[in-house]
Amino acid sequence: MTRVHLAPPLASRVDTGSEAFVKNRSDMLEQLDEIEQLLDEANGGGGPKAMDRLRSRGKMPIRERIFNVLDPDTPFLEISALAAYKSDYALGGGMVVGVGIIAGTECVIMGNDPTVLAGALTPYAGKLWMRALEIARDNRIPYINFVESAGGDLRVQAGDGDSKRRRVEILHFAETGRFFYEMIELSKLHIPTVCITFGSSTAGGAYQPGLSDYNIVVKEKSKIFLAGPPLVKMATGEESDAETLGGAQMHAEVSGTGDYFAEDEMDAIRMCREVVSHLNWRKPGPGPTFTPDEPTHDPEELLGLVSRDLRRPVDVRDVIARVTDGSRFEEFKARYGTTMICGWSTIHGYPVGILGNNGVIYPDSAQKATHFIQLCNQVDIPLVFLQNITGYMVGKDFERDGMIKKGSQMINAVANSTVPHLTVIIGSSYGAGTYGMSGRAFGNRFTFLWPTAKIAVMGPKQIAGVMSQVRRAQAARKGIEFDEEEDAAIVAMVESIQEKGSLALRATGAISDDGIIDPRDTRTVLGMCLSVVRNREIEGAEGYGVFRL
Amino acid sequence: MTDRIDTLLVANRGEIARRIFRTAHEMGIRCVAVYAEADAAAPFVADADEAVLLHVGYLDGAAIIEAALATGAQAVHPGYGFLSENAGFATDVEAAGLCWVGPSPEVISTMGDKLAAKQAAVEAGMPTLPSSDDPTRADDVGFPLLVKAAAGGGGKGMRIVESADALADAVAAARREARSGFGDDTVFLERYVAKSRHVEIQILGDNHGNLVHLGERECSIQRRHQKIIEESPSPIVDAAMRTRMGEAALKLASAIGYRSAGTVEFLVDDTSHEFWFLEVNTRLQVEHPVTEMVTGIDLVREQIRVATGEPLGYDQDEISFTGHAIEARLYAEDPSHEFLPAIGTLHAYEPATTPVVRWDTGVGEGSVVGVEFDPMLAKVIASAPTRVEAAQRLALALERFHLGGVVTNRDFLAAVLRSPEFLTGDTTTDFIHRVGPARHRELDSDEMARFTVAASMWVQAHNHAHAVVLPNVRSGFVLGRIPPQRITWEVGDDTITVHYRSRRDGSFVFGVDAENGQAIIHGWSADHIDIEWQGLRRRYRVTRHDRTIYLSDGRGTAELHQVPRFVVPGTDAPTGGLVAPMPGVVLEVRVVPGDVVIAGQTLVVIEAMKMEHHMNAPSDGVVAEVRVAEGDQVDNGELLIVFESDLEEES
Repeated sequence: MTRVHLAPPLASRVDTGSEAFVKNRSDMLEQLDEIEQLLDEANGGGGPKAMDRLRSRGKMPIRERIFNVLDPDTPFLEISALAAYKSDYALGGGMVVGVGIIAGTECVIMGNDPTVLAGALTPYAGKLWMRALEIARDNRIPYINFVESAGGDLRVQAGDGDSKRRRVEILHFAETGRFFYEMIELSKLHIPTVCITFGSSTAGGAYQPGLSDYNIVVKEKSKIFLAGPPLVKMATGEESDAETLGGAQMHAEVSGTGDYFAEDEMDAIRMCREVVSHLNWRKPGPGPTFTPDEPTHDPEELLGLVSRDLRRPVDVRDVIARVTDGSRFEEFKARYGTTMICGWSTIHGYPVGILGNNGVIYPDSAQKATHFIQLCNQVDIPLVFLQNITGYMVGKDFERDGMIKKGSQMINAVANSTVPHLTVIIGSSYGAGTYGMSGRAFGNRFTFLWPTAKIAVMGPKQIAGVMSQVRRAQAARKGIEFDEEEDAAIVAMVESIQEKGSLALRATGAISDDGIIDPRDTRTVLGMCLSVVRNREIEGAEGYGVFRL
Repeated sequence: MTDRIDTLLVANRGEIARRIFRTAHEMGIRCVAVYAEADAAAPFVADADEAVLLHVGYLDGAAIIEAALATGAQAVHPGYGFLSENAGFATDVEAAGLCWVGPSPEVISTMGDKLAAKQAAVEAGMPTLPSSDDPTRADDVGFPLLVKAAAGGGGKGMRIVESADALADAVAAARREARSGFGDDTVFLERYVAKSRHVEIQILGDNHGNLVHLGERECSIQRRHQKIIEESPSPIVDAAMRTRMGEAALKLASAIGYRSAGTVEFLVDDTSHEFWFLEVNTRLQVEHPVTEMVTGIDLVREQIRVATGEPLGYDQDEISFTGHAIEARLYAEDPSHEFLPAIGTLHAYEPATTPVVRWDTGVGEGSVVGVEFDPMLAKVIASAPTRVEAAQRLALALERFHLGGVVTNRDFLAAVLRSPEFLTGDTTTDFIHRVGPARHRELDSDEMARFTVAASMWVQAHNHAHAVVLPNVRSGFVLGRIPPQRITWEVGDDTITVHYRSRRDGSFVFGVDAENGQAIIHGWSADHIDIEWQGLRRRYRVTRHDRTIYLSDGRGTAELHQVPRFVVPGTDAPTGGLVAPMPGVVLEVRVVPGDVVIAGQTLVVIEAMKMEHHMNAPSDGVVAEVRVAEGDQVDNGELLIVFESDLEEES
């Protein structure tokens, strides 16, 4: 039975012929084109030679392994496909993570890319891996490991790599390895962990099968050992070959590390699907209970709403009208705190509360958001944050009005909200606004960026300007003549660096989000996330009634 | 003589049983079916008001009479085949106090003996072909000649002999078939007319001496000496010839005291239009519907009326002929393999709603076609004001028929009907050999692509509609990069893999590295897909059974087998070896494992449709395994013999 949310469709008029729209659209398409090319590059993993070598050994590239494990014609949500952007590592970071459907069950799949450093763990792969584990835990979905990993990148550990590569190594070895702990945690939380070992899986890699609930090994392909023949020889002098030391047959028949013995890769993937099909995975919540009709406004028009420089204001309702079912939106407190748009709708039949920015957050807009978040927690409705926020308002009047106090109320509400949060950054995401609108650091379930997103502590102009003022003040204090020309050059440079550093691609390269999406796919991506979060009971925060603020 | 029938037993099965039930029901008569175990699920049993199981089979006359008496039937209609021309059975029926719907046992007896019938025809002044009942006296007949079984019919026990040196073998073979087919190995020789047509006159008589003929049927299109396309009127018979043939037939009928429906068969010389008497069939013919459609007379109704003693009530002048009717016999057989019978389950079986034609069908969707009975599935009959229109209408009805699961002659029938030779009426008995219509629809690469795309899109839509989670999210949406969706199909001997992705606008693009086509789904349901591909929109009727998809595009039905993504190791079927080309019974196994055989050597003999088929070694080799024994029932495609080379390839 489906119900229809009774709210009327939004009246949204976008002048698709306007100069601004046309320009925005062509800018957006240009950025999307760049992203497509980067995705193609990431798809190539360690490059054509490595791919050919892999295939010549009768092996499938990681993305083909993932394709084959998924149910036909079901969607797949890759997480941070452009990890390691502008780093010294292959684009993608040597690991593919995504959410897909296996035997009718939403799972998170993590796979080493053996064409990149033989699947050795790059810092980016480590971060991606942690993200995969987090998705499994937060949403209670089975965790699937496709392992083929040489273990840690010894060149980094030993410090004999080039200097640039060492620079990204920010963790001491003593701090690493949390993923192993997290895998065990999953099992403890009754979230199944399934592992296929496709190839060599050494040292750290060996614990991936070791710590999984289910373990599938591939005849003559899986090699699982704490130390490979060279290290064993170094440690004990023992001579051994890889197959005897850690072959699939040995593990399936002797050590018991392997539970399922597969004839080949496809057979292993088949077994993996069978394992998932027996997991008896039940989603607690109701499925989509509202009519999931398409928006009445064309999502194609999302391409022309946001300007590349973010200077033009965007009415976030124009975005909402192209994302929600039937473009419906029931606006809450429409005449109060008008820079914060709050209201209810449904996406792919799932009820949602939406918060979107129509400008800077004022004290009243903060209180409105706080009120709204509490209401959604009362009735267990997930929240969607559409971020386009320069921050909380500054200035005498606003400080006097309790901007800090009211802003803190809002941040408190966001932090203590227990319904799932989904965040889409469509434009700016600056300062405390990033947190207040449920940014990555605030424990949301998923964060996606439009290509136009910019994320930083503040706008590039503001940073450059503030720093310039500080220099001017220092000069005045020291009684030195202030070099206007030099300052102008510094301002321009800072602005440029900050601007580049805040771009969506940089953020996604650092895996500070789940990836960049085409604005036209916003509804689809949110729909998938809303389904995924329903693998876990949705329970709003308890404790107090709703404070009318 | 019964003067009233309120319950009729039909001693037959399949389409003819249903056809008789239809008329009987319309006449207010309750119907009793008899059925063999293998027909327990057949539609005709369900159509009857009551049914009685025949433990031995349809030739068990005593059981049939017992069933009639037990169910209170007053009459027995024998249909065609089985006991329909068995005078002994007719006698027993009448002796049991039941009404026999057919001619008198004496007439059946006389006409059933080909030589006696011929004698009667000669006495009635009918022209007959030179013949001899002594199979060694070929000179009295002249070559080419036919060796025919005296008790035969339907082409069984029949051989064409071109010259004296082939005579002895042909006689021996005909005798063998006659013995196994009819329990009587009497054969005779008859002159063979090379360029001939088969034309027959439908006659109808009552117990009061009234006799009419209902014009002719031409049944020249034959394969394996069995009719597959029949029509009325014949393209070469004009009114004068019809009258001549009709009068000749009636003269014979009158002379032998014929009652009920019967058929006098003639051989007509295509060039001279001379005709010779062949035989009299003392029953309802398979092809009777074409006569019904041009005369408007229900022959089964007339048979039942006459059987109760009613007079015909009309004379020859009142018989008129309107338009043209053509019948095609749909067989479970493989035209590409010498029309050998095929078996299987009819997973798809649905006539199109238009054009409206008559379907006399014995099966339905889900019917299992076995080897127990004649492999005719249905008769499809179209009528129209003109012959060409009737032919086209029938062809279209066949082409639009959603039919799959069993190999049939449907495409072949349509090809015959669409051939210029057929459309101009150039129909001689050597038609199939001479014209060579396509045995099966050959798909060109474009049609193949259309079918694979349509099948893939149907599977996609099915998967999407049945998605357990995210049923509303775009089919196969991908954020990031994984390979496009992929389905591999086996179509005949071809294996085709298609790749596709969905697009935001709901359409699909095909291809891997480059787009090679766009598909738009305009409609989908469990049993159809309406799809646009490369600018052309088509609606397909679709049925899926396991991994096989049957798609009908209005030109026939394609069968696409989806190759599974995963194969459980050890479950793939062995390849190679010697396989049965048709269902049948193993008569003889001539080798044991370890035997060295040479190409062409007969290894196994199978009997199917009462004919022997020799299974020969495809190449030189060593027999590794013999998987059948004498008396085994084998299915089409079943592995009989495994050679050592196959085992090596497997390992």
